[in-house]
Amino acid sequence: MCLAVPAKIIDRTEFMATVDSDGVTRQVSLMLLPDAAVGDYVLIHAGFAIQSIDEEEAKRTLELFKEIERYAADS
Amino acid sequence: MRLTVEETGRAARFFADGIKRMASRPVRIMEVCGTHTVAIFRAGIRQLLPPEVELVSGPGCPVCVTPNEYIDTAIACSRCPDTVIATFGDMLRVPGSQSSLMAEKAQGADIRIVYSPLDSLRIARENPGKKVVFLAVGFETTAPTAAATVLQAEQQGLENFFVLSAHKLAPPALKAILAAPDSRIDGFLLPGHTAAISGLAPYRFVAEEHRVPAVVTGFEALDILQAIYLLLKQIAAGQPVLVNQYRRVVKSAGNPAAMRVLNQVYRPVDTVWRGFGVIAGSGLRLTAAYERYDAAAALPLVKAVSREPAGCRCGEVLRGLIVPAGCPHFGQSCTPEHPVGACMVSVEGACAAWYKYGQGRWHYE
Repeated sequence: MCLAVPAKIIDRTEFMATVDSDGVTRQVSLMLLPDAAVGDYVLIHAGFAIQSIDEEEAKRTLELFKEIERYAADS
Repeated sequence: MRLTVEETGRAARFFADGIKRMASRPVRIMEVCGTHTVAIFRAGIRQLLPPEVELVSGPGCPVCVTPNEYIDTAIACSRCPDTVIATFGDMLRVPGSQSSLMAEKAQGADIRIVYSPLDSLRIARENPGKKVVFLAVGFETTAPTAAATVLQAEQQGLENFFVLSAHKLAPPALKAILAAPDSRIDGFLLPGHTAAISGLAPYRFVAEEHRVPAVVTGFEALDILQAIYLLLKQIAAGQPVLVNQYRRVVKSAGNPAAMRVLNQVYRPVDTVWRGFGVIAGSGLRLTAAYERYDAAAALPLVKAVSREPAGCRCGEVLRGLIVPAGCPHFGQSCTPEHPVGACMVSVEGACAAWYKYGQGRWHYE
């Protein structure tokens, strides 16, 4: 039930947005994330964008996993 | 930017090796969220853990913790004349005391599956002569979407849209688990998407008051493995804190706009959880300003006398006291095709996940 999918906002008109999730586009409400802008990555749940995805933090997580991978490969 | 399969495998081994190194005594970790339960099975995470680390499911499957009384009320709604029930698909097959929404639909009740509460507004607009009741089930992640839908209904002047709320808040259930003398939880994997809405503050009591390690985590396999690794580190050090592993989504303050909408439309009330009984301040009811959208008040309901299914141990599964295989119904009289209890119905239910992904044979032979 708390399943949410990441998507990119590609268009917005007032409180509705078109988002792209892995090539599938759909309409979602921005009522719960009113400051979201075109180009932002957001989390979609039950037809609503519920939170923005922080790209810097996402990169940091990946970098951490890569760093761990290098450590594991070296040891 | 994504990790390759090899990179993911090596990173996973790093965490799994670290967990194995630190697991010097048996520990029980509860994954509170049903979506975590499914992700753990799908990724085969149990297979990577040493036998000392036991994962138990918690009360985070909203359909599972919804008591029969609510299902019976929803069925009573479906029997009202000129009424349409709009619901997420999971609710359809949950057995009530005497029937299910699926059985009612087969007998002609107008019950429609929706993917967003906003879909029920469309149904209400297209059917002005009918009353449309949205079955509002879910935790902090979902409740703001239903609240925003109520605000939309008001804005659009819709008078035939109603909500039957079974919304619940996750932290009070954790409080109930921690307060129970029979709970033996050494660490919590906390639900990332409820914290994305509420922020971290409602979860701080776990480490600060109860001295139990807690990690808010995401839903990728590496997120969960890292979270277990971080829990084991805390357990080994004897220094419980709340850690946010899911920083890319969970901000410390959560989503203030969503919380504003939630608090405008709903107020906390005491409510019944399957397997727990009443938990103080854990339910959400429409505030006075929006009471006219409350289906339970607006419709003339004749409900069955509610009772929970005999012998079903769903409640103990939801409190992390037993694993699904500990229930005599599991895999025998209770299967996904013929579920006895809600935990076997929902795709997020612990029993359904155990059944689907190998009946938990990995560590519980």
